Amino acid sequence: MRIVVCVKHVPDATADRHFESDYTVDRVGVDGLLSELDEYAVEQALRLKEKAESPEDVTVTAVTVGPEKAADAVRKALQMGADAGVHVSDEAIAGSDAIATSLVLAAAVRKAAGGGVPDLVMCGMASTDGSMGVLPAMLAERLGVPQVTLASQVETQGDQVRIKRDGDTATEVIGARMPLVLSVTDQSGEARYPSFKGIMAAKKKPMQTYSLVDLDVSADQVGLSVAWSVVEGTEARPPRTAGEIVRDEDGSGATALTEFLAAKKFI
Amino acid sequence: MSEVLVLVDHAEGVVKKPTYELLTLARRLGEPSAVFIGTADAAGAVKDNLARYGAEKVYVVDDADIKGFLVAPKAEALAQLVEKTSPAAVLLTSSPEGKEVAARLAIKTSSGLITDAVDIAEGGITTQSVFAGNYTVTAKVTQGTPVITVKPNAATPQEHTGAGVVEEFAATISEAARTAQIVASQPREKSGRPELTEAAIVVSGGRGTGGEFAPIEALADALGAAVGASRAAVDSGWVPHSYQVGQTGKTVSPQLYVAAGISGAIQHRAGMQTSKTIVAINKDDEAPIFELVDLGVVGDLHTVLPAATEAIHHRKG
Ligand SMILES: Cc1cc2nc3c(=O)[nH]c(=O)nc-3n(C[C@H](O)[C@H](O)[C@H](O)COP(=O)(O)OP(=O)(O)OC[C@H]3O[C@@H](n4cnc5c(N)ncnc54)[C@H](O)[C@@H]3O)c2cc1C
Ligand SMILES: Nc1ncnc2c1ncn2[C@@H]1O[C@H](COP(=O)(O)O)[C@@H](O)[C@H]1O
Repeated sequence: MRIVVCVKHVPDATADRHFESDYTVDRVGVDGLLSELDEYAVEQALRLKEKAESPEDVTVTAVTVGPEKAADAVRKALQMGADAGVHVSDEAIAGSDAIATSLVLAAAVRKAAGGGVPDLVMCGMASTDGSMGVLPAMLAERLGVPQVTLASQVETQGDQVRIKRDGDTATEVIGARMPLVLSVTDQSGEARYPSFKGIMAAKKKPMQTYSLVDLDVSADQVGLSVAWSVVEGTEARPPRTAGEIVRDEDGSGATALTEFLAAKKFI
Repeated sequence: MSEVLVLVDHAEGVVKKPTYELLTLARRLGEPSAVFIGTADAAGAVKDNLARYGAEKVYVVDDADIKGFLVAPKAEALAQLVEKTSPAAVLLTSSPEGKEVAARLAIKTSSGLITDAVDIAEGGITTQSVFAGNYTVTAKVTQGTPVITVKPNAATPQEHTGAGVVEEFAATISEAARTAQIVASQPREKSGRPELTEAAIVVSGGRGTGGEFAPIEALADALGAAVGASRAAVDSGWVPHSYQVGQTGKTVSPQLYVAAGISGAIQHRAGMQTSKTIVAINKDDEAPIFELVDLGVVGDLHTVLPAATEAIHHRKG
């Protein structure tokens, strides 16, 4: 079985994230890391491999599309235990919207799987920077396979996949057949930390770097200038004006709260 | 004027409020046409409501063949409707399903996609809130038929009588789209409280509740509010994941957000920072949540909340 995991390198959410003058996300001035939400996808892929009858027949390949530093995201996945890595990097990709990213990612996924569609393409539930949560569906559309998303539990048997999804009104079990695109949530199980052994082993694992030419994607289909949507402006949210802070002493907290709510007409 | 397609978000024929918000926003771009995927009977029952909020047409796609399958058939049906009607835009709700239908539709129709809009202005200029609500971004689709998903509470539904002409649309759904399927579904117990993302008031509890959600629920009920939670409370198994507010839970933007026993981590803020009024109750006067508040009470939620709840009941008489 071939599993390809899509991992994104994102600016650290706890840092001061901001935009460049062309309204693209500053991916250089802020420290980056493997999106925490994609670690869950790597973890689930590794667990599927470990649970398989013959784990050596399951390959887990981590794929990323992004600038030079994005290779770190793949490296982390290799350290966690993925078998191989693919990094697609090309000047032309900078500023791509989700549509163009999905085009490149779909080509990269095929390349990572030796040309065809892998049995499983695994994604995080959303990237922690753009957080659109649309890439899995776009990839599925481009690869011509179904997607089952937001899994909090994943089980496979042969080519059958069953997932649990905690929806708003119901907990659902969804069934589908490979090949498919799967996304997992942060409820699916804590991701492992790379062990020292894992870190050492990762150095010897195969890592391919491709440009658009290698993927047969034409440069005029991607990048900021051909994006199908444009950002017209960005504005920092005005900082919230400091509110009133009261210390509760002998019930004064509840009184202040009630009076505030009444003054604002919430009661 | 061009049509604007609005995918009706409904559960078993009950239309969800964000659909009326979409119809209201759609009028800024053209003539709203509702797209109802469900049974003809259910469509008959809801068409008057859709018309009341401006739907000139109601396209009904019979779902007998596609019920229980995930989003792919809906995207196919919508793509065929886009082909037929050449609309000015397609609007969907920003639920996970809405976004996935939108994603597939955008690729199928070679169109640009904007997700999680909190407003749409004339000319199709959208406003989004990004980076945990720290920035607002205005954007516009420049290619194909703009596909836009809109967050709940982006607009106040306005009544505006539309003709509500029902038109059946026979979509051709491929075999390939009918693969991923719901095989079992366990409905969650209804709380009787408003839907988290739609509520005007949300009262949330975190690790500081110590698992005791009764004071949170009592205050919520006194205010007619929905109950939310931090991930710490969800991970501890105190409340279901559907209560979670934040980056990997719901984004809420109510008139009032009350955070009790929640520290205010960036991932939690991401889901509530755009609330109009924010109140926090926390023992620790250095909790980061206090940076956001209009009113902060430094104190123990187990005493402050019950006393406030009682005072509210008292005021109401
Ligand atoms: C990828 C990722 C995604 C995440 N997504 C989310 C998300 O969607 N939503 C989310 O909420 N978190 C999310 N988190 C987790 C987030 O980082 C925090 O860990 C979490 O929000 C903490 O929850 P908390 O505030 O309840 O707990 P804590 O941070 O432990 O805070 C508890 C607070 O309660 C106060 N307290 C204790 N006792 C009392 C009392 N008796 N009365 C009053 N106050 C009291 C304490 O002073 C403290 O400030 C995510 C993290 C990651 C890495
Ligand atoms: N540039 C990228 N490279 C690799 N995977 C990506 C990239 N962008 C998104 N993904 C995958 O798609 C998921 C959803 O991303 P998004 O739609 O951007 O929220 C992420 O969790 C990743 O698994």
